[in-house]
Amino acid sequence: MTLDAAALKKKFLSGSIGLTLISIFLGFALGAIVLLAAGFNPLEAYWVILKGIFSRPKYVSYVIIYATPLIITGLSVAFALRTGLFNIGAEGQYIVGAIVAAAAGYFFKLPLILHVIVAVGLAIIAAALWGGLAGYIKARFGVHEVISTIMLNWIALYLSNFVVTLQAFGKQGTGKTYAIQSTARINLLSDWKISEAGIEFIRSHKMLGDVLKSPINVGFIFAILLAVLVWYVLNKTTLGYELRAVGFNPHAAEAGGINVKRSMVVSMLFAGGLAGAAGAFQVLGVSHRIAKLAAMEGYGFDGIAVSLIGNNTGAGSVFAGLLFGALKYGGSKIQDAMQAPTEVISIMIGIIILFVAMPNLIRLILTIKANRASN
Amino acid sequence: MTAIDFSQKTVEMINVVKKFGDFVANDGINLTVHKGEVHALLGENGAGKTTLVNCLYGLYHPTAGTIRINGRELNVTDPNVAIQNGIGMVHQHFMLVEPFTVTQNIILGRETTKLMGILDLSAAEKKVAEISERYGLAINPRDKIEDISVGSQQRVEILKALYRGAEILILDEPTAVLTPPEIQELVMIIRNLTQEGKSIIIITHKLHEIKQVADYCTIIRRGKYIDTVEVDTVTEQELASMMVGREVSFAVEKKPQKRGPKILTIDNLVVEDNRGIQALKGLSLELHKGEILGVAGVDGNGQSELIEALTGLRTVRSGKILLHNKEITGALPKQIIDGYNIRTIPEDRQKRGLVLEFDVAENLVLETYHKKPFSWRGVLNHPEIYQYADDSAKEFDIRPANPYLTAKSLSGGNQQKVIIAREVGNDPEVLIASQPTRGLDVGAIEYVHAALVEQRDRGKAVLLVSFELDEVINVSDRIAVIFEGKIVGTMAAEGVDENEIGLMMAGGTS
Repeated sequence: MTLDAAALKKKFLSGSIGLTLISIFLGFALGAIVLLAAGFNPLEAYWVILKGIFSRPKYVSYVIIYATPLIITGLSVAFALRTGLFNIGAEGQYIVGAIVAAAAGYFFKLPLILHVIVAVGLAIIAAALWGGLAGYIKARFGVHEVISTIMLNWIALYLSNFVVTLQAFGKQGTGKTYAIQSTARINLLSDWKISEAGIEFIRSHKMLGDVLKSPINVGFIFAILLAVLVWYVLNKTTLGYELRAVGFNPHAAEAGGINVKRSMVVSMLFAGGLAGAAGAFQVLGVSHRIAKLAAMEGYGFDGIAVSLIGNNTGAGSVFAGLLFGALKYGGSKIQDAMQAPTEVISIMIGIIILFVAMPNLIRLILTIKANRASN
Repeated sequence: MTAIDFSQKTVEMINVVKKFGDFVANDGINLTVHKGEVHALLGENGAGKTTLVNCLYGLYHPTAGTIRINGRELNVTDPNVAIQNGIGMVHQHFMLVEPFTVTQNIILGRETTKLMGILDLSAAEKKVAEISERYGLAINPRDKIEDISVGSQQRVEILKALYRGAEILILDEPTAVLTPPEIQELVMIIRNLTQEGKSIIIITHKLHEIKQVADYCTIIRRGKYIDTVEVDTVTEQELASMMVGREVSFAVEKKPQKRGPKILTIDNLVVEDNRGIQALKGLSLELHKGEILGVAGVDGNGQSELIEALTGLRTVRSGKILLHNKEITGALPKQIIDGYNIRTIPEDRQKRGLVLEFDVAENLVLETYHKKPFSWRGVLNHPEIYQYADDSAKEFDIRPANPYLTAKSLSGGNQQKVIIAREVGNDPEVLIASQPTRGLDVGAIEYVHAALVEQRDRGKAVLLVSFELDEVINVSDRIAVIFEGKIVGTMAAEGVDENEIGLMMAGGTS
């Protein structure tokens, strides 16, 4: 019996999921120390966060809304990483996707579902090209994708800010664009919600009504579908086989007849398209417009963290994205409830990533412990 | 001749055991080395030779057993303890800073300084030059590492150990990276060192080198101590049997050749290396069906560039490659593999041959994943892929026969078997084998040679490129000698004069 438990423990520790969970636990533990040092009761703070996430259906709904773009940008980074590329450019690709979705949502007059398909499709294509450009520059000129995508991020940011100033698109004086047409929105029952029957329903149905108070949308469902798609493409298709081979060892892939340069471009097209989808769903489901930005919003950068915590897999990105969304949303509540700084949450996320990136350190700590115990 | 002082035991390793988890890498090994002795450690790949010396050098800590240095029991906790006790080690992969000079590399970590911590380079240079002179190392202390040959770099490593006062020198597979003349120089240096009373432990699986330099030889097989023998009293054959644990045949079994028509023609090929310097300067070669053509030559005379040009990995500047009299110059790797059915066993199996993170099955379909039955309309058929891998593992004796293991976890010999299974298993018209036995032990070499000969006996063409002259002579039907990017002579392998080829390899005319 004890032997079984030991074997189970060993398996748990050698696997990446076990290590990730330990990293998350350590993140919370060190976060508690930071809170303590800042003069707050960590248990109280964590209780506030926990309540802020789970105590009302609306909160859970918000967590999902927060998580949706993070899951998808996480998938973008994960896809590129699995094929040997570091897509720091998810941020810029997200912005490009958002611009195109906002423009298509506002300028086109199309029927309900078709409008969404066109807006999302165009956003994905534009962002894919934005990402693919970095892949092409790498394949053709040997410029490292980290350099080119960082540059492309800035270009995307200023392009977005420029677009907002255009007469036809930007609402003058507000620093925002006009809202997209209602046909392009992916929110659930948004018109009905503000009708008399809808208001009555929300009032009388506690659970569902509460959920409907948030801008709940179908983006999360698409995020799950995209995660499945990423898993399928990488593991089940010849394309994924090629991309992974190039990611692990481009020399052997080349000798085996795989076109390495083409693979780089394809991988970045895919990654860019994914990040663009994140931007599109955010515009069509939550913000309904784009606004002038003083700095980058960080959805793409957070995607890097999501991907790392999720061990660069589809399913991992979904869970890491949800964790991230929950911490971001729930964490924001300690400010109001305890006047504690929400930065603690960022520190905690940072610590978790740090530990995830150091699996060997955790293994070392655990083996030292085990050795001491056996002595 | 020998300089052994039997009254002084410099190294005694008694019953050394080293375990990694459940795996026993060293299981009760004994090793005794005297002053002035060259002691060889012989064993197959993965037998535990390097593990044992790493215990001596303090890189590993033995699980059990005793280590005595100069008669005194020593707990070698880390390499610094080893160095303080006069143990020096030259690793298989050199630990040198390329842009630094010889002296800068040698004093790294224990710089001689003048007042105020200012580096005293000239004093160090003088000492380095002195040591180099004394042991005949022929090293200029001011040369930069990146400018000197691999053989010289190795001598810098030896010098570094001597500079730090090494009396016991461990050489880990020192000849693996050397050309034949450099090997001879190394042998001379080893003799000089023992004359001065140094003890040498040399790790190798090349038997004739042991016969040439070693006084005693300890054989390890699968982590177990087999025997220690006086080298002069045993034959190479006996050493090989002790190492592998069964009878080994050195002679390559070949049926009489049935030479077919010409299949591959290389005409006046010009190719540049990575620096843009001409590596092939008008190389011409003809390959027939049913023959093994061996390309003999010293490393760096254009062999790598020839293989890369033939496999579509390197641009051809001028000249032609013809298959069945049809020009295929400039074809892409995929065309060459799929269209022309030319397959290659690459010289660097871990770089060009395998995706180490992929499992065995995935590596086996690296050139065929896009074809039926392994995939259909872009979707992989995993059951077929793993079934095929299961069959291949049995047919080609890949051990362990588990297609789900990553290529990384296999031994060198079994990694090579995976590549051979992939390349030969696809029934190629032309098989190019570049350095196919590099770093392999006798048993695995026997296997690889048999695979090449089988291709030839089935009427296929084989192009063998090797730096090992013995291998070229034993396996080939015909030999072409490459020197400075050109073929300087072609001859039948049977009854060939080894000295004549050796001379041609070095650029002399016969």
